[in-house]
Amino acid sequence: MQITLGPALYHWQPERWRDFYFRIADEAPIDTVVVGEAVCSKRMPFKQDDIPAVVERLEAGGKRVLHASLILVSLPRERRQTRELMQAAEVEVEINDLTCLASLRERAFAVGPFVNVYNEATAGFLAARGATRICLPPELPLPAVAAIAAAVPQIAVEVFAFGKVPLAISARCYHARAHKLTKDNCRFVCERDPDGMPVKTLDGAGFLSVNGVQTLSDSCASLLCDLPALGRAGVASLRLSPQSCDMVAVARLFREVIDERIAPADAERRLGEIYPDVPFSNGFLHGAPGHIRWEASGALR
Amino acid sequence: MELICPAGTPASLEAAVEAGADAVYCGFRDETNARNFPGLNFSRHELRKGIALAHRHGVKVLVAINTFARAGSFGLWQAAIDDAVAAGADALILADLATLDYAARHHPTQRLHVSVQAGAANPDAIRFYAESFGTRRVVLPRVLNVMEIASIVRESACETEVFVFGGLCVMEEGRCSLSSYATGQSPNMNGVCSPASHVAYTEREGQIVSTLGGFTINSFGKDEPAGYPTLCKGRFNTPKGSGYIFEEPVSLDAAVMLPALREAGVTALKIEGRQRGRAYIAGVVRSFRNILAALDEGHRAPISGLAAMAEGQASTVGAYRKGWR
Repeated sequence: MQITLGPALYHWQPERWRDFYFRIADEAPIDTVVVGEAVCSKRMPFKQDDIPAVVERLEAGGKRVLHASLILVSLPRERRQTRELMQAAEVEVEINDLTCLASLRERAFAVGPFVNVYNEATAGFLAARGATRICLPPELPLPAVAAIAAAVPQIAVEVFAFGKVPLAISARCYHARAHKLTKDNCRFVCERDPDGMPVKTLDGAGFLSVNGVQTLSDSCASLLCDLPALGRAGVASLRLSPQSCDMVAVARLFREVIDERIAPADAERRLGEIYPDVPFSNGFLHGAPGHIRWEASGALR
Repeated sequence: MELICPAGTPASLEAAVEAGADAVYCGFRDETNARNFPGLNFSRHELRKGIALAHRHGVKVLVAINTFARAGSFGLWQAAIDDAVAAGADALILADLATLDYAARHHPTQRLHVSVQAGAANPDAIRFYAESFGTRRVVLPRVLNVMEIASIVRESACETEVFVFGGLCVMEEGRCSLSSYATGQSPNMNGVCSPASHVAYTEREGQIVSTLGGFTINSFGKDEPAGYPTLCKGRFNTPKGSGYIFEEPVSLDAAVMLPALREAGVTALKIEGRQRGRAYIAGVVRSFRNILAALDEGHRAPISGLAAMAEGQASTVGAYRKGWR
């Protein structure tokens, strides 16, 4: 089983973003790295200048590099950026919206977790258009994952295995709204929350995280204990989504479990030391509410 | 502009037809449609009868099969498509690539509409659906302002349909798993959002607390009406303070935007609310019919009677007005 690092979803400062990928390139046992800005087109200029150096370093580190498209494309500028990415000859793309298929012709591509692939017929349709790998939507339960992997064996099926779970995208920026600003004049306040802005219930329970126009879970997905079942289901790759923690250590841990050098339960304990004070969840995979931490003995909150 | 009205039951369909709908939309009584609520929707027999009744009055029936097919169970969605076509549906409203592909290949002459659940938010995405499946109309996601809608209309060969009244998604439709994160039930997979089966109201220190899947969504004083805990319209805490961080408990009323939407070249106006009763349907349809008639005669629309229909809530024109974002 392979490991993919999804695109950094948060608005990290340019140096931090660049140095994060440099370290991943040099040290992490990761097969594929997805770079680029998927969440907010206003953030793109902050990354643009560093992308060539990041890609070069990642490739020198033996990583395959994919370029992520935007999740929600509505402005003329966003359409243009999307089209240019799809037509850039030298890069491999991961599409996060079907808008991309309008300008993607006759070439192989990867499908990100923001495209609605819920069944084998949709996966087959995308495979016929050139999709070679699909990261399935995080809310898919294991039987659906297995059915898709079995029916479309030419596709490398990936699941969202680590990170706060992306749950929604909007035209409205909730970071700007929380700061009483408009999206057009947002002052990039999302930069102040490199691991998302916590959203708690009125009684103080952790619930969600806001990342600009995107809403994620408060809990962090961890499918470490599900890796044997995912292997049996035909999953080819695990997606780790960057959080503000030691992602090299996270990747090493997943690699050790894949290689059966450490028991999944022990690994998850260590994961709690690498990314402390965040509850882990895997409910979606078990057909349960996504926030649930499901164990073989039954559901535990 | 055509007026497209919801019908959750045969009685609502009749009410919409009588009140002057140009078309009604409805779904089968199962998980193939995005309003899969208990006691709602149509059996095969009811759909055939409803279509016959609507057609007698010159009203079209659009059948929503707009959830994403469950892996390993595509037969349920195929059967819904085949049966809706056989029943004489004027159009199918579809969201999943799988259902669009199936319908286009097996029923090439059937009129297909792209559901709002597909989240087609720009002319390129719309063109992809039209070129791949021959879709004739797209229901636009509730994330666009009127200027953007006008530019989509100018650039697209496809007809456009927009929501003007009823429930308001603040997240892009078709790509929201908030409900399933809290409850295990999602719009995409189960055709439900913030389902009533997972709602509870409890009293705590003199407050009425509403919860969804165990998460507190809101809290109300004794004299405040305790609204339904739709997840994205709840009150939450953030480091920047507490409140309605996504959206207030409002519903959409874009009646004042009708002149601008007509100017933009929109083909059809859609009213949300298949879960609402026939009094709502009749009242809202009649109000919009009057506004449209006034517009046709060249005078400003008399807007009245709609506020009472808005689930006892405040209303908004949502993303149609610039600045909502």
